Amino acid sequence: MSSTVRDSKQAQRKAAMTVLAHSDAADIGRRLEAIAVPAHENLRQPENGLVMVRGRIGGDGAPFNLGEATVSRAAVRLASGEVGFGYTLGRDAGKAQLIALCDALVQSADFSAEVEAKVIAPLRADLIAERNRRAAETAATRVDFYTMVRGEG
Amino acid sequence: MYVAVKGGERAIENAHRLLAHERRGDRDVADISLAQIAEQLSLGVDRVMTEGSLYDRELAALAIKQARGDLIEAIFLVRAFRATLPRFGATEPVNTGEMQIRRRISSTFKDIPGGQILGPTFDYTHRLLDPQLADGFVPEQPAMSEAPQAATPRVTDILGRDGLIEPSPPADSDAPVGDLTREPLSFPADRDLRLQNLARADEGFLLALGYSSQRGYGRNHPFAGEIRFGEVEVEFFAEDVGFAVPLGSIELTECQMVNQFKGSATEAPCFTRGYGLAFGQSERKTMSMALVDRTLRARELGEEVKSPAQDEEFVMSHSDNVQATGFVEHLKLPHYVDFQSELGLLRKLRQEFSDANAAPEMQEAAE
Repeated sequence: MSSTVRDSKQAQRKAAMTVLAHSDAADIGRRLEAIAVPAHENLRQPENGLVMVRGRIGGDGAPFNLGEATVSRAAVRLASGEVGFGYTLGRDAGKAQLIALCDALVQSADFSAEVEAKVIAPLRADLIAERNRRAAETAATRVDFYTMVRGEG
Repeated sequence: MYVAVKGGERAIENAHRLLAHERRGDRDVADISLAQIAEQLSLGVDRVMTEGSLYDRELAALAIKQARGDLIEAIFLVRAFRATLPRFGATEPVNTGEMQIRRRISSTFKDIPGGQILGPTFDYTHRLLDPQLADGFVPEQPAMSEAPQAATPRVTDILGRDGLIEPSPPADSDAPVGDLTREPLSFPADRDLRLQNLARADEGFLLALGYSSQRGYGRNHPFAGEIRFGEVEVEFFAEDVGFAVPLGSIELTECQMVNQFKGSATEAPCFTRGYGLAFGQSERKTMSMALVDRTLRARELGEEVKSPAQDEEFVMSHSDNVQATGFVEHLKLPHYVDFQSELGLLRKLRQEFSDANAAPEMQEAAE
């Protein structure tokens, strides 16, 4: 695989992971029902753990440790050999497993287009709608300053 | 010194049973759900996550329920829980400049690019108790308006373009990031460790210290350059995957204090900064943190250290409410043997005192 192809596949996986990490496990599961999911096994049993979340001094400077967050992770291998990884904030190990399965499908030549169309794209549309709703609520609280000019003479 | 005292097992068991009963309260009143706590007491949840140093809304809600609303007890429970899970590593540093803004204000510039966005705030409320809330009040849906596409750069970045404010200390990829959960604290402590300590610190303690600096104990003329609250994306470089994987987003509050300037014969004067960052919507916490971050930079900025808020050993050694609670509340544990020896000593001293005072009279009587 050329490095460009690899980079573009990596970008596609990462974009899918972003959508999946933001979605509820139940929604991912429901979308996956639209696909005839191929045989697969757990390469790594889903597990809970922690990551140390880092910030930057002043927002843009040297990093510092802010505090931890719970995470779940899993790895799934399709019968055809593709290995998918699932990482997500929170303690829902089942969700990490679903993400890993989707990541494996994204890498599969047979399923990549289907999982994008039937799982990732609709979940992305839901997320964008939700994000836009919140942005519109927030925008309504923006201050419109006007200056009152004192009357002349 | 503590000694094992046997015989309290039954009493302890029954005390915990009574605690569970009291925690439940009147059983005719509905049991409170974790979702209710997480959704409706969300700022309490944010505080427990911040000071418990663990981002997990559901766990923080459980801790608050178990602790009967005692937030310091809840923070203690969360800290104890985090010791039960393995740590996979550290995330990429979050980029607060790309936050999905929910609130963003500046008290230094009226017309900031991206605007002043009030968001959900207690500011400008009249602080009058609202009897409507007592019984099933249903609020209006929030107002909506078109969201502009313009970016909301950090105010400090705008000031920084003209060199009016000191830059943030640059990242040194070779320098390890200090972690006080792994290495014991030693002094002097670098700013990364100080910020980690302040992020976990008791809000009330930081509030009082920040306030003391405003009142003149380590004054540094602060302005709230910017406070922003919203969602940031979190990424984690996973070795097995081979790239930084997105984990989802967390809510953060960031405060940039802009403080009195420094300068020298070789450097043009510029504003200095104090920084605050916390989980959730934690505005008072991040403002206090930013004030204290700045006071603790006294040594670095060549200021005289003469107030508690400037003394890093004093601040960092007493800021953690779990440690402080442990030491204060350990006074409740049996100190019977210690106390017996004190009592013995006191009786001896009193005997000596009374012997010494009685002696002259006896001498007089003998003469």
